[in-house]
Amino acid sequence: MPTQFPAFSRLLHWTMAAMILTMLFIGVAMVASLGSYHVLVSIHRPLGIAILILVVVRFVNRLLNPPPPFPATMSRAECRVAAASEFLMYGLMFVLPLVGWGMLSAARYPIVLFGSVHLPFILPHDVMLYSVLRIAHTFLAYLFFLTFIAHFGAILFHTLIVRDGILKRMAPWNIR
Amino acid sequence: MPVLGRFSLGGGNPFAPDAVSTARGLGLQFSLPDGELWRTAMLHLPVFPFRTPEAFYEQLFAFRPDPSTGQPDPAKVQAFLAHHPESAEVLKVIKSQPAPTGFGDATFHSLNAFRFINAANESTPVRWILTPAQPWKTTLSQDKDFLFDALIAQIHRQPLQWRLIVIIGQPGDPTNDATIPWPAERQQLDVGTLTLDRVESDETSAATDLNFDPLVLPAGIAPSDDPLLSARSAVFAIVHKTGRRNEAAARDHASRRTQRRLKACQPNSPPSRGCCIGRWRR
Repeated sequence: MPTQFPAFSRLLHWTMAAMILTMLFIGVAMVASLGSYHVLVSIHRPLGIAILILVVVRFVNRLLNPPPPFPATMSRAECRVAAASEFLMYGLMFVLPLVGWGMLSAARYPIVLFGSVHLPFILPHDVMLYSVLRIAHTFLAYLFFLTFIAHFGAILFHTLIVRDGILKRMAPWNIR
Repeated sequence: MPVLGRFSLGGGNPFAPDAVSTARGLGLQFSLPDGELWRTAMLHLPVFPFRTPEAFYEQLFAFRPDPSTGQPDPAKVQAFLAHHPESAEVLKVIKSQPAPTGFGDATFHSLNAFRFINAANESTPVRWILTPAQPWKTTLSQDKDFLFDALIAQIHRQPLQWRLIVIIGQPGDPTNDATIPWPAERQQLDVGTLTLDRVESDETSAATDLNFDPLVLPAGIAPSDDPLLSARSAVFAIVHKTGRRNEAAARDHASRRTQRRLKACQPNSPPSRGCCIGRWRR
């Protein structure tokens, strides 16, 4: 019985963890900033699209490579919450960039990735739609942040209090 | 190259009557053949009166009309100008120059500096202006929409044209300060003609809901170190966020009232059924 996620799953997890945390903080900083707004938004756009691509890869990988079992210290209810939060996070990783892409499309802001490379508009020009999606983008981002904190808190709880070695499942290095 | 644009008048009140003393604005969107967009939001002022986002913020309070007199409080204006001598200097220059009588005889300025990047990744500081190609005079009138009405009538008679002139900066020319003009002898490149030949209504034009964010730039044009640029981009985005639910405020951000739009089609398409056309040609 494997006790660890496959190496590729772990690579995706930690890469995306770093990208998503960066995104959340860039997002909060850029809406509060005048001087750095342009630089931050120029990073936010391509990074968001990269996450959108990676989450598709990750979801396929998740279906092909099921995770190792939860430790025996977790109750059935806890396992169910953990599994649900995993899929909630996949959903947010997919929907948040899509809402961002959609809202820029609705306002006709070009979706420039770098240089002259840009994505097409995926929604009609409609500022009402932009307004709704822009608010949804913020709301979902905060929801993601809360989900991240819950995830982080649960791992901390299991690692430091329950001491069931749950972190080893996702450790970047190989455990025998 | 198709161009879509929007003329505007400065000032915070969308219902203020037209006046020649009001700053005239022109926002343009160039649609490049590869799908890239270039937007520029210009004013007829030769230089911008405020150097930093902070100065701009302060002037909003300093120049706010006193509700009892309808005029800004002279003491607050004086205090602001004493604190910002560069703004006092610019306002003096603006007052000393004759204002254009309308839109068609206005020279529009990029105000902020930008950078042109060539294939070798070398960067050249630039500013650009649009100089009117037509002799034109708008007759002063008491009518509250006379500037826009004259513009619309003129475009219906014949297209309005401007030359797009790129001013090439030299090392040492300030790129981070829109209050300082560059020396008059800087090289000027005439890069093409803007032709505006169709007017659209506020209600139906795609330009109505377009945000003329000055940092929507194609590859090859990059922002300078001017702190106003990123701030303009950020503020435009916030205002835009409110959408139609707060339309008056949204319309206010670059501060314009009734806006009439000019729309563009393909450069050489036949002008059938009143369609079209603003375009830019090298």
